[in-house]
Amino acid sequence: MSEWAEKVIGIFSNRRDDILRMWLESQQKNGYRGMYERIGERELYRQSNDLFEAMIDAAGQVGFASVRKPEWQAVADLVAEITAQRTRTGFSVMETVTYVFALKTVLIEILRQEQPDDIGCFVAEVVTITHALDEMALIATSAYVKTREEIILRQQQEMLDLSTPVIRVWDGILVLPLIGTLDSSRSQVITETLLQEIVSSNSDIAILDISGVPLVDTLVAQHILKTMAAARLMGAECIISGIRPEIAQTIVHLGVDLSQIKTKATLAGALKWAFDMRQLTVVHNAKR
Amino acid sequence: MERIPILKIGDLLLVTIQLDMHDQLVMDLQKDITNMVRTTEAKGVILDISGLDMVDSFIGRMLGTIAAMTAVMDAHTFVVGMQPAVAITIVELGLPLGGVHTALNVEKAIERLRAWGKIEAESDDEAHEGD
Repeated sequence: MSEWAEKVIGIFSNRRDDILRMWLESQQKNGYRGMYERIGERELYRQSNDLFEAMIDAAGQVGFASVRKPEWQAVADLVAEITAQRTRTGFSVMETVTYVFALKTVLIEILRQEQPDDIGCFVAEVVTITHALDEMALIATSAYVKTREEIILRQQQEMLDLSTPVIRVWDGILVLPLIGTLDSSRSQVITETLLQEIVSSNSDIAILDISGVPLVDTLVAQHILKTMAAARLMGAECIISGIRPEIAQTIVHLGVDLSQIKTKATLAGALKWAFDMRQLTVVHNAKR
Repeated sequence: MERIPILKIGDLLLVTIQLDMHDQLVMDLQKDITNMVRTTEAKGVILDISGLDMVDSFIGRMLGTIAAMTAVMDAHTFVVGMQPAVAITIVELGLPLGGVHTALNVEKAIERLRAWGKIEAESDDEAHEGD
């Protein structure tokens, strides 16, 4: 470490309170609306303080020039942790990374205030510090992306776990509203739930409503046909309802053969058919 | 030698499978059912497989062939009470069970046969007497 580098770290340690105050102020000034409410001033101070301490500690050991050395790992971990926490609170990537960049501006300002005699060394140090903090910003960005990916993955799992409701609309008539994309793992769950419900409710008519399925390709059609075949084997009659015009067009264009299967455009139509099958009539009570 | 009993109820044959099927057993069953259809001139056969937890491709196919055989002898075969797991297996195996009629339970199968005029109404009464 050069003499100047040590001097710089000395300046930073001495003016620790000024730096923290200016850093927080700049965040408050440039910060996005609601940022303080979401973290809380006390927590923001604690995070900033911890990060600054860790940084001075690491810089004191190996200097700002060696950010990739293991001594800086604690700082990197802290940045990742703070970022992850903010990402989960709903911060945008800009809001998160600005936090690190704000510190850079403050550090350079502090150096300027100390009025260095050797302008060449000053510039060299500024470049080094900029590099170090840019590295931290990169760590923050990748931590942001990583946390977001974790959130997406968890949500995917939750969507898969969402129960597939099988609704008994009448004695012996079940409706299975299919919502969302059908892949093999989901369609397997759907088939099992439907068959189980057919047995337990002793129903012999099942209506598969596909109005919530955004896209029907050959694979999805195959899944639906398999579910229907299995239900038929158990002795339940199956009917597809909720075929939107776009879906009808896709099905015919793809050449999916649904001619052997009863299909209705709307759930109401399917229900009417089911009532006919059970020899039920809905009567309009005119006296009311 | 174990055999699956075939009960005659009026114009109806009722076969209840309560044990795991193996190939010889199902071959014998096919022979027995066709013989019984001929001797009793039954109009309907009901195969209750609610006790069957597992099927392989052979047994799955035999259910289809039994139905096809009774159909040419003018008796309708109903497979009733299939377990969900069995239904999924048969679909995944891609077995063609086109000629087989299915129903949730014996009661519903009798109802359907009667609606088609395949069996007389009093055969159901006999069934109750037999219980």
